[in-house]
Amino acid sequence: MAERSFKSEVLKLTASEGETFRGEGILAVTKALLQSGVAYVGGYQGSPISHLMDVFADANDLLESLGVHFEASASEATAAAMLAASVNYPLRGAVAWKSVVGTNVASDALSNVASGGVKGGALIIVGEDYGEGSSIMQERTHAFAMKSQMWLLDPRPNLPSIVDMVEKGFELSEASNTPVMLELRVRSCHMTGEFTARDNRRPPLTVSEAAAAPTRDLNRIVLPPANFLHEVEKIEKRWPAGIAFVRDNHLNELFGPEEGDIGVIVQGGLYNNLNRAQELLGLSNAYGDSELPIYCLNVAYPLIPEEVVAFCRGKKAVLVLEEGQPEFIEHELNTLVRRGDLQTRIVGKGVMPRAGEYTSDVIRKGLMKFLEEWRPSRALPQSVQTPLDPTTASQIPARPAGFCTGCPERPIFTAMKMVEREIGPTHVSADIGCHLFSILPPFNIGNTTMGYGLGGAGASAFKPKDRRAIAVMGDGGFWHNGLTSGIGNAVFNKDDSVTLIVDNGYSAATGGQDILSSRADNRVRSTRNPIEKAVRGIGVDWVRSINRTYDLRKMRDALKEALTTKEAGPKVIIAQSECMLNKQRREKPLVRAAIKQGRRVVRERFGIDPDTCTGDHSCIRLSGCPSLSIKPNPDPLRQDPIAHVDNSCVGCGLCGEVSHAAVLCPSFYRADIVSNPGAWERFASHIRQAVIGFLQTQDNRARAARAF
Amino acid sequence: MTDQRQRIGIAILALGGQGGGVLADWIQEVARAEGWLAQGTSVPGVAQRTGSTVYYVELARQTGERAPIMAQMPAPGDVDIVIASELMEVGRALVRGFASPDRTTLIGSTHRIYAISEKSAMGDGRGDGDKIIEAAHKRAQRFIGFDMEAATDRSGSVISSIMFGALAGSRALPFARETFEAAIRHSKIAVESNLKGFDEGYRAAQAPVALPEQVDHDTPTPSTEAGRALYARVQKTLPRPAHRNTLHGLHKLLDYQGPQYGTLYLDRLERIARLNGPDVLIVEAARHLALWMAYEDTIRVADLKTRASRIDRVRTEVKVGDSQLLGVTEFMHPRLQEVCETLPAGLGRAILKNATMRRILEPFFREGRYVKTSSLPWFLVLRTLASLRPIRPRSLRYVEEQARIEDWLERIERAAPIEPDLALEIILCQRLIKGYGDTFERGLANYTQIMAVSARPDVTAQQLRTLRDLALSDDRGEALKAAQ
Repeated sequence: MAERSFKSEVLKLTASEGETFRGEGILAVTKALLQSGVAYVGGYQGSPISHLMDVFADANDLLESLGVHFEASASEATAAAMLAASVNYPLRGAVAWKSVVGTNVASDALSNVASGGVKGGALIIVGEDYGEGSSIMQERTHAFAMKSQMWLLDPRPNLPSIVDMVEKGFELSEASNTPVMLELRVRSCHMTGEFTARDNRRPPLTVSEAAAAPTRDLNRIVLPPANFLHEVEKIEKRWPAGIAFVRDNHLNELFGPEEGDIGVIVQGGLYNNLNRAQELLGLSNAYGDSELPIYCLNVAYPLIPEEVVAFCRGKKAVLVLEEGQPEFIEHELNTLVRRGDLQTRIVGKGVMPRAGEYTSDVIRKGLMKFLEEWRPSRALPQSVQTPLDPTTASQIPARPAGFCTGCPERPIFTAMKMVEREIGPTHVSADIGCHLFSILPPFNIGNTTMGYGLGGAGASAFKPKDRRAIAVMGDGGFWHNGLTSGIGNAVFNKDDSVTLIVDNGYSAATGGQDILSSRADNRVRSTRNPIEKAVRGIGVDWVRSINRTYDLRKMRDALKEALTTKEAGPKVIIAQSECMLNKQRREKPLVRAAIKQGRRVVRERFGIDPDTCTGDHSCIRLSGCPSLSIKPNPDPLRQDPIAHVDNSCVGCGLCGEVSHAAVLCPSFYRADIVSNPGAWERFASHIRQAVIGFLQTQDNRARAARAF
Repeated sequence: MTDQRQRIGIAILALGGQGGGVLADWIQEVARAEGWLAQGTSVPGVAQRTGSTVYYVELARQTGERAPIMAQMPAPGDVDIVIASELMEVGRALVRGFASPDRTTLIGSTHRIYAISEKSAMGDGRGDGDKIIEAAHKRAQRFIGFDMEAATDRSGSVISSIMFGALAGSRALPFARETFEAAIRHSKIAVESNLKGFDEGYRAAQAPVALPEQVDHDTPTPSTEAGRALYARVQKTLPRPAHRNTLHGLHKLLDYQGPQYGTLYLDRLERIARLNGPDVLIVEAARHLALWMAYEDTIRVADLKTRASRIDRVRTEVKVGDSQLLGVTEFMHPRLQEVCETLPAGLGRAILKNATMRRILEPFFREGRYVKTSSLPWFLVLRTLASLRPIRPRSLRYVEEQARIEDWLERIERAAPIEPDLALEIILCQRLIKGYGDTFERGLANYTQIMAVSARPDVTAQQLRTLRDLALSDDRGEALKAAQ
């Protein structure tokens, strides 16, 4: 079960012709796919596209009733290869993932499908994780579209435009036998809005019908001599067909006055930011009545030469707003203007920053520079924002993401830190996933991260004499490719390194989706396939499974043994405890219900005695749990703040384990709060209280006698 | 004002898990119910895991057929309302330029959720919140600030409903209170408690800016004969500025050991007073001497853990209901070292020095113990340990600590006549010695190193201060070592 349930939203997907559909961008895309008669959907979760996968998983019944096949793919490569179904058959298919990382993984299959071309519409929905909130390297998917010749749609960020582009995307794909990428920026994925729905369409041909009547076309297979023919076909047939479709269907849009000696060319996804920037400069209004001519590229690749030339003709200069680098569009525009023999100056990265997100504020500044040079007569309002003074600003701490309260991965890194103190630092190759938070304070563990599932592979260069490297791998990454790229590779190459697999039962970082080794019962997927079985199956002999990561001593000892054992070959530790976020979500309602029904329930949480804590915060440096914080020292003489556990504590037990294992301090206590205790328990407690209370009263009296 | 505005931009700054998304949804629902257009966006991603997130909601009046073009993120200088769930997030909104003095209503909590860098400092790494409050007043047209965490606790609700109430109560939106409440009812989730929280927030928004409550410590007054005698002596022999700390010190030490120990404390303080240094010397000596003399040993810990007041405090802190039972388990790790320190000095030292004895005994004290104080047997064990208090002055630890204190006092006495600043720095170095087990040993080692430096003829106060800061800057002691 995923972190967020879309069961109620899924009902919206049944909206019929003329109804108003209201919801998030991702949900709108999902609805648009169903309206387009999609026959199959696949993909791999990852922000900002996770919700699309979650929605489809929750909409399984609806999809089945429509004859749509949905698969939670093993990786983006799997998803991309799924598009093979559209090569020979008129099946519309869509796949989705986080980009650019997912596109990297998928690129082998993408190159193949783009080379052979498609018969049925193939849509690749990429969540472009760029700018604020991004967790990956800042690159552009645009390059993939160019190199493999796939069309790239970048619709204006409002739901009607996005929905329209999904439907047009399929048509474009079919008209030009070319896969089409639909790029959605982070904010557009999570943007709420509305559009007028149309009926869902059953695919004219379902995947099972297609499978029942197989066809084969040798010319679609990437093998000589067809591969050479594909290249020619791309240029001579598919390219012109694509251009014609985009042009004839007016997928790109013009705004503002028809005439003007300067203008702006903008990527569709940035259009709203541009308009807001113009509004702030008094160059447009809330409805987009721009003072400058605007050519909006809802199709970012390819450019349409005649449209570009028509727009640039008669203009002294055109500002191009293109986020990220390299500036492919700017280069191409220059070429097109040159070929059209126009004298228009293309102004892009000259006034705009080369890197980083193009927010309305960034665009406003760039636009001002552009106008200063090309229309100096136009007076612009100067903003007079004084920045916050540095001494105040310096008080504001950075707040990086970190492990959740009670996260089972925290003790793993606490143990690593303790081992590091004992036997010295080791090289740690980190993976992608929540466990990557180990690189941040307070753990500061991890030297590199090379990609999802590649923690093991990232350590493979190290063939140490005595100090072994540690590779961290998440369960998500393990099944994605780590089993072969990391473990298999280590077995084959007789590596001596240590691989620590974090098995929390979910693809946790992307929103708690089930994976092969999940312990959850899943009606439509096969779960409960143990990682240990796979690891042993591939040839690892030294395997230790620790089924409670909070057992710090066991964790530490296993690590130490793995790092020091004389045994040759790869060492694999599988650290298993359920993702706390998902566990709480699962258990909280059950516990509430149990208490209501009068059943005995024990809730554990931790606390700190303020009078024994001396405010050194060692415990925090070995944990970093959000519920373990600080507060002002209640002792009038002490000045350093003391540690403090707030009520969000879920009682995972790490605090106690840390103070034991690291010999810290006796300030921690665990409170067991018993709801609905039994009669005998109540009676025994009453007696105990009476005796303890009596003794405490005596002690109080004695203390008062010797007090100040 | 906003009533005439065609568009209202609202930025919400919250931490992952605080329900910023829920708040954004509620606001949009209110606006739509009032016939406005609403759009919300966010960048959850990894920031969902406890990091800072910004949600942006834009509301626009529906006029005519054309749909307005909405922004996907707040632009500096173009935000009408900022809602921040924590004080430093208020600060972050200011840094990002979301608040403008000519139009922005800034609604922010004045409580702190400390960031990891603040929490993990070995001393006090907290940012200065007063500066943020000051800037919030200056940089927003209107600043509505109150402790939203306390309001959450009071109402048994969640912080998102408090913020929602405060937004309604600020009247920065041209919408009726009922419409806000209807949005909560509509969600059908925890309606009752959310409405309570809403009301709490609504009312707090009408009140002047309120900071989190701070505990003020009254200067203790004597309650026993011995206490009064010591009190009189303080009045007579110590300068007035030192009285507050001294009385707190006496209060602590009598509770720790007894009146005689208080007498020893005053004897020592009077030695410092006789140095006739600047007041700050005796003021800080009164603080640090008391803290040192009340060093943490097993007897003290057992005493504090078994007090009636402690169990009461735990009950309140973990929110035990009347019908619920409470069990309390301690995580103690007494090593042979600590056990021997509690024994009479001669015996304790003999065991620690005897390698064979150590080898035999140490395994018994290698594991941490789960001590269930709420059970009778463990309570009795701890109480017995606490009752060793009268013989504490014979314990090994007592002897060792008093020797260290004497050495420290002598250093102060030597330094004060020549350079009072240096004496002060020596006094302040007591701060390094705290905690238990490994923490204590690390602190003591740092202290010892710095004291060795303090004995050098050319040492300056500034040097000692730098070394102390370095000692508190990393817990491996590398910075301190590198500096020498």
